[in-house]
Amino acid sequence: MMRKLLVANRGEIACRVMRSAKALGIDTVAVYSEADAGALHVALAGQSVAIGPAAATESYLLADRVLAAAIETGADAIHPGYGFLAENAAFAAAVEAAGLTWVGPAPQSIDNMGDKERARAIARAAGVPVLPGSERFAPSEPPVEAAVLEAAAAAVGFPLLVKAAAGGGGIGMRRVDDASGVAAAVAATQALAARAFKDGSVYLERFVPRARHVEVQVFGFGDGRAVHLYERDCSIQRRFQKVIEESPAPGLSQATRLAMCEAAAALAREQRYRGAGTVEFVVDADSGEFFFLEMNTRIQVEHPVTEMNTGTDLVAMQLLLAGGGTVPIQAQQDVTASGHAVEVRLYAERPLKGFLPSTGTLATFDMPATGNGLRIDAGVRAGDTISHWYDPMIAKVIAHGESRDAAIDRLLAALAQVRIEGVETNLLFLQRTLDHPSFRAGEVFTGFIDAHKAVLLAK
Amino acid sequence: MPIIEVKSEITGNVWKIVAQVGDLIEEEAPIMILESMKMEIPVTAPETGTLVEICVTEGSTCSEGAVVARLQV
Repeated sequence: MMRKLLVANRGEIACRVMRSAKALGIDTVAVYSEADAGALHVALAGQSVAIGPAAATESYLLADRVLAAAIETGADAIHPGYGFLAENAAFAAAVEAAGLTWVGPAPQSIDNMGDKERARAIARAAGVPVLPGSERFAPSEPPVEAAVLEAAAAAVGFPLLVKAAAGGGGIGMRRVDDASGVAAAVAATQALAARAFKDGSVYLERFVPRARHVEVQVFGFGDGRAVHLYERDCSIQRRFQKVIEESPAPGLSQATRLAMCEAAAALAREQRYRGAGTVEFVVDADSGEFFFLEMNTRIQVEHPVTEMNTGTDLVAMQLLLAGGGTVPIQAQQDVTASGHAVEVRLYAERPLKGFLPSTGTLATFDMPATGNGLRIDAGVRAGDTISHWYDPMIAKVIAHGESRDAAIDRLLAALAQVRIEGVETNLLFLQRTLDHPSFRAGEVFTGFIDAHKAVLLAK
Repeated sequence: MPIIEVKSEITGNVWKIVAQVGDLIEEEAPIMILESMKMEIPVTAPETGTLVEICVTEGSTCSEGAVVARLQV
């Protein structure tokens, strides 16, 4: 087993990782930037090393600096948390090459899943459904025959999007609802793409109008065995970032849930995946169909939701596996889930101003007492500065209950006791969302905040 | 021709300046992009006008309420 663990991260996840390390009797080392010299994760660590200025590109993202800090302090393992270097295959390889234990998947797995096209191909090979798409159609003279395009469209299924191959950010996408509109939409998108990206190639991809984001927690043993720890619904998002996560996903049939979970475990087995990972799917809220989106090869922000339902400690499992200890879960039948868990992310931001960030010093940071189905993972305390340098998330509040309603009630009761002064937060917005009749009814989808903004963002 | 101040709504780093002094900037068009808490946030022209001054440089930090540019409208 490892003796001393360097945690290459900051904020709540660094604190969270150190908690499990300490429980396993492992010494901890923090790294910190100039802005974080007084931060909670530094105070909690047995040792700490300054690694550079506030900007992450000059500190937390500097692989060489972080590795040097590990060697200098005699750490024999590195946990990357999430973000920063967590999905940097070259860093993972450098850690292993230096003779240290990398608490994460093999660099090859990080590499494979980091490349979207390769990830889709591997998913397909593992029998995991991916969003149907067509081959590329480049502008040509004469144009591709309408019958050819219509056949390709029928194979993809409707509604579909015509997308620029070189595009991004939704530029030039056109929605097509039936075969008659395909040829015209392809021609128009090709012309626009040629102007905007100097590459007129387009392709067709199935469009999911009411999409849900559902992901499956997996854990692989690196030897071809892997288990799933059920799913999390993360459909409530703003600015493409998750705000509320829960498990089980409300309103999904048991058959769909289990099919997704099994597909995710199969993908992990196919890669001989090692450690904790998350397989993300887009789910059609109307039909229940699901499609592979991507796989995150790290611990996820919302992992406590799964821990609350399954009674596991995923970080401890990561550490035990990496350190050669015995992981308490060895096979699928060892995983049981009960009740319902809901997590909210407390962000320092201004929901009424388009969720713009809010910076300042936490004059007050009072959180309710935890235990009895309530968990709080915070990376700050009163007096700390919330700077513009890093992520706006200041804490995660997670409640567990026998039913979904019980979990939501417990979470609302806890949020009513939260007192934060010094920065603006999304607290009121979270309370309104949790108590919204549509959320209570489980009618979640990625457009939820926009669809209900009149109520959620009322002044 | 009055000159108006363009202020930053947030504290952040000036990531990219996308307009030049002398440019005619349409209302709501971006003058620069700030980076704060891992988000890219544009600073846009409150009214259509000619950019007469950029008060920050790329890579510098600006605080909430700071004047980052001036427009003649």
